[in-house]
Amino acid sequence: MSALFDILASAGLWAAVLRIATPLILATLGALISERAGVLNLGIEGIMTFGAMVGWLAVYNGADLWVGLLVAALGGAMFGLLHSVLTVTLGLSQHVSGLGVTLFASSFAYYVFRLMVPVAGTPPTIVPFQPLDIPGLSDLPFFGPAFFTQTAPTYLAIGLAIALAYLIARTPVGLAIRMTGENPHAAEAQGLNPMAIRYGAVIFGSALMGVGGAFLTLSAFNSFFPTMVQGRGWICIALVVFASWKPERALLGAILFALFDAFQLRLQTVLSGVVPYQIFLMIPYLLSIAALAVMARRARVPQALMQPYRRGER
Amino acid sequence: MTDTVLDIRNVSKRFGDNLANDDISLSLAKGEIVALLGENGAGKTTLMSILFGHYVPDTGSVSVMRQMLPPGKPRAAIRAGVGMVHQHFSLAPNLTVLENVMTGTESLWSLGSNVSAGRKKLIEISQRFGLKVDPDARLGDLSVGEQQRVEILKALYNDARILVLDEPTAVLTKLEAETLFSTLKDMARQGLSLIFISHKLDEVMATADRIVVLRGGKLVAERNVGETSKAELAELMVGRKVTRPVREASTPGEIVLEAAGITVRSGGVDRLKSVDFRLRAGEVLGIIGVSGNGQAVLAQLLSGTIGRSAGDLVLFGKGAGDLTVADAVSSGIGRIPEDRNRDGAIGEMAIWENAVLERLPEFSKAGLVDRKAGIAFATKIISAFDVRGGSPTSRIRLLSGGNMQKLILGRNLIEHPRILLAAQPARGLDEGAVAAVHERILEARKAGTAVLLISEDLDEVMALADRIQAIVGGRLSPSVNAEDVDARRLGLMMAGEWGGSADAV
Repeated sequence: MSALFDILASAGLWAAVLRIATPLILATLGALISERAGVLNLGIEGIMTFGAMVGWLAVYNGADLWVGLLVAALGGAMFGLLHSVLTVTLGLSQHVSGLGVTLFASSFAYYVFRLMVPVAGTPPTIVPFQPLDIPGLSDLPFFGPAFFTQTAPTYLAIGLAIALAYLIARTPVGLAIRMTGENPHAAEAQGLNPMAIRYGAVIFGSALMGVGGAFLTLSAFNSFFPTMVQGRGWICIALVVFASWKPERALLGAILFALFDAFQLRLQTVLSGVVPYQIFLMIPYLLSIAALAVMARRARVPQALMQPYRRGER
Repeated sequence: MTDTVLDIRNVSKRFGDNLANDDISLSLAKGEIVALLGENGAGKTTLMSILFGHYVPDTGSVSVMRQMLPPGKPRAAIRAGVGMVHQHFSLAPNLTVLENVMTGTESLWSLGSNVSAGRKKLIEISQRFGLKVDPDARLGDLSVGEQQRVEILKALYNDARILVLDEPTAVLTKLEAETLFSTLKDMARQGLSLIFISHKLDEVMATADRIVVLRGGKLVAERNVGETSKAELAELMVGRKVTRPVREASTPGEIVLEAAGITVRSGGVDRLKSVDFRLRAGEVLGIIGVSGNGQAVLAQLLSGTIGRSAGDLVLFGKGAGDLTVADAVSSGIGRIPEDRNRDGAIGEMAIWENAVLERLPEFSKAGLVDRKAGIAFATKIISAFDVRGGSPTSRIRLLSGGNMQKLILGRNLIEHPRILLAAQPARGLDEGAVAAVHERILEARKAGTAVLLISEDLDEVMALADRIQAIVGGRLSPSVNAEDVDARRLGLMMAGEWGGSADAV
């Protein structure tokens, strides 16, 4: 038992939690804002892969790290536009379109990567974001190494979660997005343009997914390989439900999942030999399913989620 | 000289082959209430959708306060002071009242929302017009009448000077409707102009200053309320004299269905309490009562979708065990469900598919659906029951309420069922369709079908039923002959006063 407690009390664990959580926070927020407007975006997995690739590629070719993130956002937005055309304008099934975008975006990412970067024995690397040294805070015992040795994008992600929570709950545009996700006909009756709002939410959300993917190649790691997103996108789709479509709870959910994940990584080393490590790999997912089952029962789903909106038709 | 606030000029709109609006002109003065009267499909809603910018007219124009409105721009209509209260509310149940009202009223680029100013304005308006509502209530928790109040408040919050209400009483109880109309009159006195769409003659005569009648997309008449009568309006609206059919005397046959001491318990509550009734071939038994008193459960029991916890059910002289839906269909119980859109039809499926669904085995060949036979069957119903507005292969959702009901009636009656279970068969239908449905039910009675009519409409029950029982709080009154009662006595029965026998069970 004390081994378990030692893990929880180590600053290294908590540093890892925030690092693992960051791409989840960003992509979950992206999926969340799009679903709040009524569009499910299952393109998330592929968009994250593409963002990871294109952001890395920009930096590899000499761009600044921040420019790399911006390029990843634009890459994500491009696929968001594609998903919007298919689901909003053409009113196609959001599931099918999303899965198509995922397959397309991940293959396209690999294709571009192979075109631009020759096959090599060791993958090429870049110099990623370095931990920020925050005067005063980073030097605190335990809390310093646990919470204040992250890279800039992590703080950006946390700040963004808070900003989006405010945007959705308190601003006119947030209300317009919620209304569009609940009843686009009502939004139109109030003089809003539900189509434009959906386009905006999907494109913005996809940009966040791209940035979430780019965090993997520009901060958590320093090179790109095609399978690196590893189902994180699907976790984010579940996290949106877990969060009851609320950004502040998405932040919490992403951190909770990251805690499971970081915990099992350390558990592997402590208990290796006793139990096969694959068991530990399953733990975060099993716990997520359990948490989802508990939380999602009370969740209020946006009423118009996955329903295409056609003007003048009810 | 009256002050004209709205001027619709020569508006036409065509959908495919259907000319929904044919050269319609209409004006509205300040403080005036105009009723737009017409049957379903007469073009009322299309005209109002053009006014509000949901549709672009093919020809013609709309001006508000002498300003021409750009076609197809709801936002421009809102800004010009037009407010629309839709029949199917444009509201979001998961949001609060205030959020519903404030959506789209502030610039989308502002970084904060002035909620307290919005709340103040909403409360002010609601007090001024006597539309009481809690701004912070979740909309989905409100009653239908309150939700409509929110729809009206939403329009007023946008500073509407002209209010359009599309069939405002379709979803309201009688009491709620009366409250609504006194509110509307009060609004007109305060200088607002109103148009309300309706096919109910009583409310039109009681509320409007001027009545405009539409039929088949054309404006056929315009009358001041003092210069016309219900009879004239009915004729103008339908285009011919409409008379509801009259029940002829008949001698009922043997007992086909007998219930003794039936209790249905679900969710820990007795929904039906020791209910007794007998139904004979060739008679109509009317079960009258205010909605929510157990009649839905009674209908479910006899359709086989809910089981009983006590009592005996004898069907055609034999004890019916746990009646299942399949038993009900195969033993010849035809059913007209209370909510035709939810339980009676599958909107996205074709008319022929809806016609054959409950008797699929008859329409299958070697395990495959016999499409040809199904379409032929649907064609037969369509012609025999005068279903208009669709072919066998078009989606049933596209039919009007009356025509959908005729199809449901048809698929039940065409094979001459021994029992017809008709729950609220004329609810929400216009005058012409009501007469058609009643006629079919009486024809079935004449042909020997036993009809159990569940209704909350006094006129309907008195017109169709031979015997009447009232349902109150899950109990059934003893039966009375229709000849022996008047509306007053039935009203008392519906309130649970049936001469001391109420507690005898």
